[in-house]
Amino acid sequence: MKKKLISALIAAATAAEMLAGCGNSANSSSESTLGQNAADSSSESVSAENSSADEGKIINIYCWNDEFRTRVETVYDQVVNTSEDGTVTKLKDGSEIHWIINPNQDGVYQAKLDEALMNQASAADNDKVDLFLSETDYVFKYTDKTANVALPLKDIGINPDKDFADQYSFTRTTASDSDGVQRGSTWQCCPGLLVYRRDIAKDVFGTDDPEEIGKKVSDWDKMKAAAEELKAKGYYVFASYADTFRLYGNSISEPWVKPGSSTVKVDKKIMNWVNDSKKWKDSGYFDPAIKGQWNDDWNKAMGSKSKVFAFLFPAWGIDFVLKPNWDGDKGAWAVTNPPQEYNWGGSYIHAAVGTDNPQHAKDIILALTANKDNLVKISKETSDFTNNRSAMAALASDKSFSSEFLGGENPFKYFAPVAENIKIAPLSAYDQGCVELIQSSFGDYFEGKVDLDKAKANFETAIMERYPDITKVEWPE
Amino acid sequence: MKKKHKSISYGKWGYLFILPFFITFFVFSFIPLINTIRYSFFEYYRSGIKEIGPNFIGIKNYASLLESDMLKYTGNTLILWIIGFIPQILIALMLAGWFSDVRFKIHGKQFFKVVIYLPNMIMASAFALLFFTMFSTKGPINSILMSIGITKSPIDFMGSVFGTRSLIGFMNFLMWFGNTTIMLMAAIMGISTDIFEAVEIDGCNRIQRFFYITLPLIKPILAYTLITSIIGGLQMFDVPQILTNGHGNPDRTSMTLIMFLNNHLKSKNYGMAGALSVYLFIISGILCMIVYKMINGKNSEK
Repeated sequence: MKKKLISALIAAATAAEMLAGCGNSANSSSESTLGQNAADSSSESVSAENSSADEGKIINIYCWNDEFRTRVETVYDQVVNTSEDGTVTKLKDGSEIHWIINPNQDGVYQAKLDEALMNQASAADNDKVDLFLSETDYVFKYTDKTANVALPLKDIGINPDKDFADQYSFTRTTASDSDGVQRGSTWQCCPGLLVYRRDIAKDVFGTDDPEEIGKKVSDWDKMKAAAEELKAKGYYVFASYADTFRLYGNSISEPWVKPGSSTVKVDKKIMNWVNDSKKWKDSGYFDPAIKGQWNDDWNKAMGSKSKVFAFLFPAWGIDFVLKPNWDGDKGAWAVTNPPQEYNWGGSYIHAAVGTDNPQHAKDIILALTANKDNLVKISKETSDFTNNRSAMAALASDKSFSSEFLGGENPFKYFAPVAENIKIAPLSAYDQGCVELIQSSFGDYFEGKVDLDKAKANFETAIMERYPDITKVEWPE
Repeated sequence: MKKKHKSISYGKWGYLFILPFFITFFVFSFIPLINTIRYSFFEYYRSGIKEIGPNFIGIKNYASLLESDMLKYTGNTLILWIIGFIPQILIALMLAGWFSDVRFKIHGKQFFKVVIYLPNMIMASAFALLFFTMFSTKGPINSILMSIGITKSPIDFMGSVFGTRSLIGFMNFLMWFGNTTIMLMAAIMGISTDIFEAVEIDGCNRIQRFFYITLPLIKPILAYTLITSIIGGLQMFDVPQILTNGHGNPDRTSMTLIMFLNNHLKSKNYGMAGALSVYLFIISGILCMIVYKMINGKNSEK
């Protein structure tokens, strides 16, 4: 009898253990931040001067890398310090910022953020998303008024017209919903330039002066003539057809998908990109070995052995993409005006609906995106082009400011006028997929694997797979 | 009375001990399985962060899948599987024959077994990424080919249908032939040595022995290999996904069924993905049935 009992106990224990094991592993990921919160909040001493009693103690910020954290540390005057692993930043009033970082690749960041936002209503106060970031390619998904996940800024006490008067107006349009209510704000502005190799310019055009080169590339026809000259000497004007996409694609006049519609309307400008790229590709102006962007071949095209003359980049591209891939001497690159003004990228800060820290959200957004001194500080320290017109105009004419990487050139001189002239494309929630899939679908066409109609059909298939609610694709005449 | 107690059956404890497995299977496999089938009859996806559905729409998902290129992707998957499987089974049979042959005194048998199994230890995605880098237009393979003068301009391996498919096939072959070899070796070593001795006395040569003795006797294991490989092949995902960046380039000719499924999951389209999974389930069921009948049928004829 005893034996029976023991074995029954053992069996039960095994079963229980197994189930407990499963339960734990399922919860552990969500609990890791929770546990930390609890541990931290118990040890912290609540300061007496803490003003707003309603404010939560923990500010959860969702973002995809530590760029935003370093910006906050640089300019937000409430920051005391950040833990060594970079997950918690302590503020002077005793509250803490918790950084929830997920990589942007393959939509991981958006998936995690969506999950959190959908559970926002039922989450405990300290687990609620308070602030989150989005990129221009998918900012509309979150500022959409029917989705209602990003708070209108006026609801947390920001007056956009007054507080953001000095911002570039297109950044404000981008962060607004279809009624024009601003639901986000950015500290950066991403006007793009033409970044070129000085040695190749000297070899082909006899000069590397940005003014002179700028004249040679000031519109598409001149650009093409320059490409022909470069080709004659065995160089390529750009690495791949994808490089020029943002110049066409970010200045379309109608959104990819109109609000309430289920039809993707391909803009005339996109077809211009397709036709021009095909011609340029066939004429041998692009490096034939490079297909698209963000791959190893493309990165290598930025090295000193490459025959590629220029890239089209905003400030972040020069700093985060070109610089790490360049293996030659400093000062080998220069910037000049692009053939067409364009904007590429930009991170927007949103306060989440349901946040328990509206005051902190307001303070952080204002400190990062409305305070001129802070923005100048960011620009000077990181050469990021920030979202303040008068400050950028001042920097552009500041003789003392120069970039070592660009051979002593002051890039703001070229950034500022581009930023003034940007016409931002009207956004839709489908932009990211459209941009990604049109490039990959027409890649086969440029490579000569399929004809134009097949490429169009492939885009239609791909876009309807990605967005089940899209039922039709309309092509321009 | 006492005697009855002594002959107590411990069988029921067995049931208790396997109960945890059945519970976990029920919770983590069976319920999701039923849900997959259930959702395949619903319109259920996310648009942005808005959830659409679930709305019951009958077999509309199944119908629209048939209208899509699903059959083309089925074809792609089977072609990719065959390209990898044929060399895999041939080489595996050959190696297994050699390794288990007592007449061949192969030194370092254990070492070779480990070496041929090694590619299987690498994560498929890492393996695919390695190949992607090696065979890219500016990668090392092209530099080698160009520097020894085989080709003047870089070959665009992943730009052609043939190149991409053979690379995928080659990778699958490399990853799985070791596994198959070890499995077949185990099968061959399970054959009684008496039979081999008898065969040799009867004057069979190596080739006859292989085709008339070894092959028929390892049939059950061959069938097992074939079935697992078919199921694995239908689920082929990571290698082509990484190698073609998820697009199945060129012109979607290396898009497999699971990559197609994955495309639907980007918008959390559980309905359509569920319907596709049910199709996959049916296809693999039919294929397994065919293989099973094929091999068992021949056995019964004897």
